[in-house]
Amino acid sequence: MEWLIGLQALLQATVRMAAPLTFTAVGETYGERAGVINIGLEGLMLIGAVTAYAVAFASGNVWLGVFAAGLAAATFGVLFGVVTITLGANQIVAGAALNLIGLGLSSFIYRAFFGSVTNRAIQPLETVKIPLLNQIPVVGPVLFEQNLLVYAALLLAPLAALVLNRTMLGLALRSVGEHPKATATAGLSVIGLRYAAVAFGGMMAGIGGAYLSVAYANQFVENMVAGRGFIALAIVVFGRWSPLGALWASLLFGFTFALQLRLQAQSIPIAYQFLQILPYVATIVAMILLRGQSAQPKALGVPYTERT
Amino acid sequence: MTEQTPRLRLAGISKHFGAVQANNDIALEVAPGEIHCLLGENGAGKSTLMNILYGLVRPDAGAIFLDGKPATIRSPHQAIELGIGMVHQHFMLVPTLTVAENVILATRPLLSLRRLGESVIRDRRAIERQVGEVAQRYGLKIDPAARVSALSVGEQQRVEIVKALYRGVKLLILDEPTAVLTPQETSDLFKTLRDFTAAGLSIILITHKLHEVMAISDRVTVLRDGKVVGRRVTRQTDTHELAELMVGRDVRLTVEKRAAQPGAPALVVEALTVLGAHGRRLLDQLSLQVAAGEVLGVAGVDGNGQRELALAITGILRPDSGSITVEGKALTGAMPRQIADASVRHIPEDRQQMGLILDFSAADNFVLKQFSRLPFTRRGLLQPATILAHAQRLIRAFDVRTPSPALPVANLSGGNQQKVVLGREIDSNPRVLVAAQPTRGLDVGATEYVHKALIAQRDAGAAILLISTELEEVLALSDRIVVLYEGRIVGEVPGDRANTQKIGLMMAGVQAALQPVERWGTNTNEA
Repeated sequence: MEWLIGLQALLQATVRMAAPLTFTAVGETYGERAGVINIGLEGLMLIGAVTAYAVAFASGNVWLGVFAAGLAAATFGVLFGVVTITLGANQIVAGAALNLIGLGLSSFIYRAFFGSVTNRAIQPLETVKIPLLNQIPVVGPVLFEQNLLVYAALLLAPLAALVLNRTMLGLALRSVGEHPKATATAGLSVIGLRYAAVAFGGMMAGIGGAYLSVAYANQFVENMVAGRGFIALAIVVFGRWSPLGALWASLLFGFTFALQLRLQAQSIPIAYQFLQILPYVATIVAMILLRGQSAQPKALGVPYTERT
Repeated sequence: MTEQTPRLRLAGISKHFGAVQANNDIALEVAPGEIHCLLGENGAGKSTLMNILYGLVRPDAGAIFLDGKPATIRSPHQAIELGIGMVHQHFMLVPTLTVAENVILATRPLLSLRRLGESVIRDRRAIERQVGEVAQRYGLKIDPAARVSALSVGEQQRVEIVKALYRGVKLLILDEPTAVLTPQETSDLFKTLRDFTAAGLSIILITHKLHEVMAISDRVTVLRDGKVVGRRVTRQTDTHELAELMVGRDVRLTVEKRAAQPGAPALVVEALTVLGAHGRRLLDQLSLQVAAGEVLGVAGVDGNGQRELALAITGILRPDSGSITVEGKALTGAMPRQIADASVRHIPEDRQQMGLILDFSAADNFVLKQFSRLPFTRRGLLQPATILAHAQRLIRAFDVRTPSPALPVANLSGGNQQKVVLGREIDSNPRVLVAAQPTRGLDVGATEYVHKALIAQRDAGAAILLISTELEEVLALSDRIVVLYEGRIVGEVPGDRANTQKIGLMMAGVQAALQPVERWGTNTNEA
């Protein structure tokens, strides 16, 4: 029975590690379906992480922190929109700049306000057990003994899929990333739709980052996102630009995070640095396996101008 | 017609882009149930005017009245609300979506909590049924569940029309709708449009094809250089008058040419076969000969092997079997460069994809086939001065309208782009010229120019293989005509006795039209 308990702990950690990736990747899926690629997810997550931590620390309310993180990152998402959608700048370059801003700004805020604070921990987000369902063997503890943000991430993906595939808004978003001019001539605002998509993408990345500081580590650490923003970009491709695909891919990558932690704890004779590489190696392998498969939106990364 | 309130009235519409006056004080009236043609050459201002009407471009001055009421149209959204629909020349359809999804796009609130029922697509089948019903009511055959990327061009156009109808269109604008259609599809489209007007719909048809104006319209307004230069009731005019109005000078619709003086066979193609995917025979044992000093016209509906024929002869496509001989020299399977060196030149069917590098200047495009040789390259270095002088000479010789030889050809009009291709390909007086769709998308003036240039080459002794899906063009230029159907030559007629109807039947693959004709080739298969 011991192996079963081990498996259960591994899977529980998998879901925990997948949640921030899911938020970020689902948000980015929307942005990319609308035709805007934002490689600045890492920076947005850091902004979310530091905002959530600072607000939660100051107010004592974790949820206020999460809310503020979403708002702050959405604001940066809109700024990214001004540069790329309105001004038509190169999306890759603007995204790279966003990463640098996120890294610098989050570290600066943290040092400026918390450099001299001694007790920096905040109240952790508590685990909410869902009665009855958590009694199911293995699955119960894995899926139904988690914090509320994990539940939110698990519900976000199907909800986002529903909106994308079964609403007029989703139809408009899918159109605008494939053929923006057709969308415009049908009577929709390409600019408006893209702003909405990048703002949503920013908000989700912010919440993904908030998860790391308030639900996972209970504190902020400089550069604590540690490449998860880039992994989320790979997840969008791996999930073939669908929200549910992003959820499955997040769980897969969450598993590699959980596995390397588990292996470290087992004190097996491999240097921990090698184990830590695991999620990143998995990313590269995944991208190689997916080469040549293209479900990519046609107009991805192409600025739209109303020239006729 | 005068007592009726016009469906659309435009008064004093003007619009300039920089120094160019695209529309200058334009007035236009369209009655309910009328088909009104807007005729003009490329750049005459037709598209600008229609984009103003559809809310894509804001006019500098002027007023729009719909059913007598003044209307301000600032966006396509407003145009749609006012009952204006537009079928663009390049279809505005999302290929990854289904027909039904394309049709319902933006017809209901995107995400409204109060009207959630409308924002949510609960049942795709129901929507497909709905779209199918609209299509059926107007006699348009489409499958609402099909993905647009899987549809033919003709079908996609029907989707565009259904899209407009679904939005309750009262005035339908079609921009060059026949440019991409086969003759059969064109006549189907015209029949459909007639049915629409019977139901009270008004139609504006943008075109530069004169026979279409005569075939379909009630009235016609002619634009030149942004101004209205004539209004005619179609019944009271003819193609000659319209052509003159459109171009601004006397135009000959027929090409003047002397009788051909054919010499020895210059291009001999024997039993040429090109296989496509799944072993499909794109060219099937095709044989033909073109003599020096004659034009052999290849007629046929698009997609019957025209592309493969041109590409195989010019070496871009390697034939699976058969032989190609130019002036006695075997060139089967040779590299394009070797074939070009044997004085075989090529006007490709898509000048923007194959004929030119759009981002390159006219000067660079002129030397694409010889830049690595003297005098354009010396000691491994390009000689810009020589290249420029060469360009200036060709720009003069071929009357290319460009402010500078250094300007990327992407900025030139279609006609001037084609003149750059012509200049490069025929300046050296080729022995064999393969001209594929040489006037596709060109206006009357440019077409006339290209035709004259081809005949001049013929008279200079070149063997010209003219591959064109425009039957008019084949009839006007050819000394002999062969008809291509499913990769085979199914008939031949001399140019001077050409019988349009018979050729038309052969193009459609009707076997009864194929009387035994005198042929050179050895079409081994049963005909």
